[in-house]
Amino acid sequence: MLEITPTHYLVLSAGLFMIGVIGVMVRRNIIIIFMSIELMLNAVNVNLAAFSQQWQHVTGQVFAVFVIAVAAAEAAVGLGIILAFYRNKETVNIDEMNVMRW
Amino acid sequence: MPAGFSAADFYNILPELVLTGGALLVLIVDVLTARQQRGLLAWVTLGVLVATLLALLPFSDVNTVASRGLLAIDGFAFFFKLVFLLTALVTVLMSSSYIEVEGLRAGEYYFLILCATLGMMFMASGIDLITIFIGLETMAVAFYILAGFLKPNRRSNEAAVKYFLLGAFSLGLLLYGMSILYGLSGTTNVRELATVLASQERNALLIVGLVMVVAGIGFKIAAVPFHMWAPDVYEGAPTPVTAFLSVGSKAASFAMLLRLFMEGLPFLADMWQPMFWVLAVMSMTVGNLAALTQSNIKRMLAYSSIAHAGYLLIGVVANSSRGVTAMMIYLLLYVFMQLGAFAVVVMLRRQDVAGDELKDLSGLYFRYPTAAVAMLFFMLSLGGLPPTAGFMGKFWLFSAAIESGFIWLAVIGVLNSAVSLYYYIRVVVFMWMKEEALGSPIVASPSMAVALTVALAGAVVFGVYPRPLFELAQESAQSIGGVAAAVSALSF
Amino acid sequence: MAEAIVFYGLAALILGFAVLVISTRNTVHSALYLVVNFLLVAMLYVMLGAEFLAAIQVLVYAGGIVVLYLFVVMLVNLKRPPETHQDPRRQTRLGLALASALLAELAAIIVYSATGESAPAATAAAAAGADIAGGNVEQIGMLLYTNYLIPFEVASMLLLVAMIGAIVLAKREL
Repeated sequence: MLEITPTHYLVLSAGLFMIGVIGVMVRRNIIIIFMSIELMLNAVNVNLAAFSQQWQHVTGQVFAVFVIAVAAAEAAVGLGIILAFYRNKETVNIDEMNVMRW
Repeated sequence: MPAGFSAADFYNILPELVLTGGALLVLIVDVLTARQQRGLLAWVTLGVLVATLLALLPFSDVNTVASRGLLAIDGFAFFFKLVFLLTALVTVLMSSSYIEVEGLRAGEYYFLILCATLGMMFMASGIDLITIFIGLETMAVAFYILAGFLKPNRRSNEAAVKYFLLGAFSLGLLLYGMSILYGLSGTTNVRELATVLASQERNALLIVGLVMVVAGIGFKIAAVPFHMWAPDVYEGAPTPVTAFLSVGSKAASFAMLLRLFMEGLPFLADMWQPMFWVLAVMSMTVGNLAALTQSNIKRMLAYSSIAHAGYLLIGVVANSSRGVTAMMIYLLLYVFMQLGAFAVVVMLRRQDVAGDELKDLSGLYFRYPTAAVAMLFFMLSLGGLPPTAGFMGKFWLFSAAIESGFIWLAVIGVLNSAVSLYYYIRVVVFMWMKEEALGSPIVASPSMAVALTVALAGAVVFGVYPRPLFELAQESAQSIGGVAAAVSALSF
Repeated sequence: MAEAIVFYGLAALILGFAVLVISTRNTVHSALYLVVNFLLVAMLYVMLGAEFLAAIQVLVYAGGIVVLYLFVVMLVNLKRPPETHQDPRRQTRLGLALASALLAELAAIIVYSATGESAPAATAAAAAGADIAGGNVEQIGMLLYTNYLIPFEVASMLLLVAMIGAIVLAKREL
């Protein structure tokens, strides 16, 4: 228990990932759903950093750097999309996306 | 030049370099030209795509690994890059009139189309998890934006939001799976992954990773039960974008799937084969049944494309060189039939008509006979009736399944094709109806005529004379099937 | 032992704040909990010997992405009743508390640097990542600019696409 192994980090990351998935499933606010996705990506990065330490090389960290770059790109585009949606609809609730059947 | 890189490394990615430069050129031309001359942009984009195609041609016989094992420049990559460039070319040809009618920003539109193509090319030749996922993301982000490109249109807004949220979610799943694969093997290279993991004992973590990757890719290829975004996104996105999405994104995702599973995880075939046949059966059945009741053409084509993802997955389940060949043939034929069908839908969009309802097609034969006849071919081809291209594609897919011992899967596929004929024929019935739809006359711009001709020629010629295509696909599939066979021989 | 305490403490906080992010009704609060979550994960990276990752986690995630979130939340939440402003004293008290915490932190840093003693967290990190920590930034830089040069360049195209896309989508009339 007292020695922290990669397994500990994996369990933590799995917990974080699950919280993110639950957030995506249960919340109806688009912005909070998107934040939950960020939590999932963070879980991925924790995994990568832990494995990187386990293998004693930095490839995993490089992978995580790319994940962060992608998260930044997605955040910019996603929030632009949410703004465009809000302009026409004045809501960020996913249940009110009703022009097409969901 | 960075240490360890040689001129050959840069020569090997020449097509990608040309495409990147071209995409930037489009942006510059957009700034430099006046608003009235924006038609020029379509020509520049076409020029860039043709230049990329020319830069790609010398690589037809190359089989090498470039830039420190990140990219495979092989027949498989060559074939898929050909598919992507062809798709992009036809999409650009059918876009120009649509852009005018909708009043879209042409410069950014073409730039994003080119960047999406760039991402696809890296997905097809990437043999490293990082390259593959960065390529995937470049493509996906470009598509999120393109789906929401009709800013005042609420359906387009919704399409973008849904595509974005589910796309980002699926990326999370995929990356989590990839991080586990990396963690278990200590490498991000797909081919090293195969050799390292094949020698290890299977554990629960590996299975979790595998399931995550399958789910993430399932979203990208819109396989049931990960398909719920597809109908809404296909309906809401601008029609040429839908066309590009349904063909290009699907082909690229299948390329990624084949790289990951046939080259990276062939020793786990006994585990992913059942997963994929479940997805295949569900996609075919649900897609075809749901398509029966649709009144919107784009929605109907969305469900039909879900069903086609199911047919294509049969080739993955077959897990043989023949299965890969069949998938590649089918994807190339799918370019022609699906893009052709969408080209006709784009033509229906006029200043006063949205043109995406089935009833907008009524009487098309009497208003624009050539378009109706072309659409007839595309529908029969999608339905898989002989002697069209679609029949040849399905024939190879199903025979690959039978050869690998999945006779029942082929039977389900054939039954599903029979069901699908009903809704494809329904489109034809509408076109030959006497009563004509309202709206201004339908005209085809010159570029649209070229797009239709290319699509029709492909669908007809390869249906009658498929031999050159078959040989090309068979040769291209060698580079990936060979590896799969070699590694699976090791593990048994 | 020390490592275990730090890890379990961090893990509990990370999971706790993650739950808060997805369970709070107020979107602004969610975004703020997200910042805290990101900062805690950055500490985890330090424990794992991934200092560069920790730095960009703070810079890009906590500093960039969440600010973007807050902008959008503010833009789309204009009609929300200003219930948080009902008690002006509350803000003052909160401000005072934060300021004194910051002051204490500053004092701690000065004391540490004056006595030349290294921070306790740093020793744990050094123990955890001794083998790979040596020039973490250098190692990542070497990999990024040699082995992973191609994806690095593709990522630059990805960011260009995202930038242009965000402008196209968010700008009112073009």
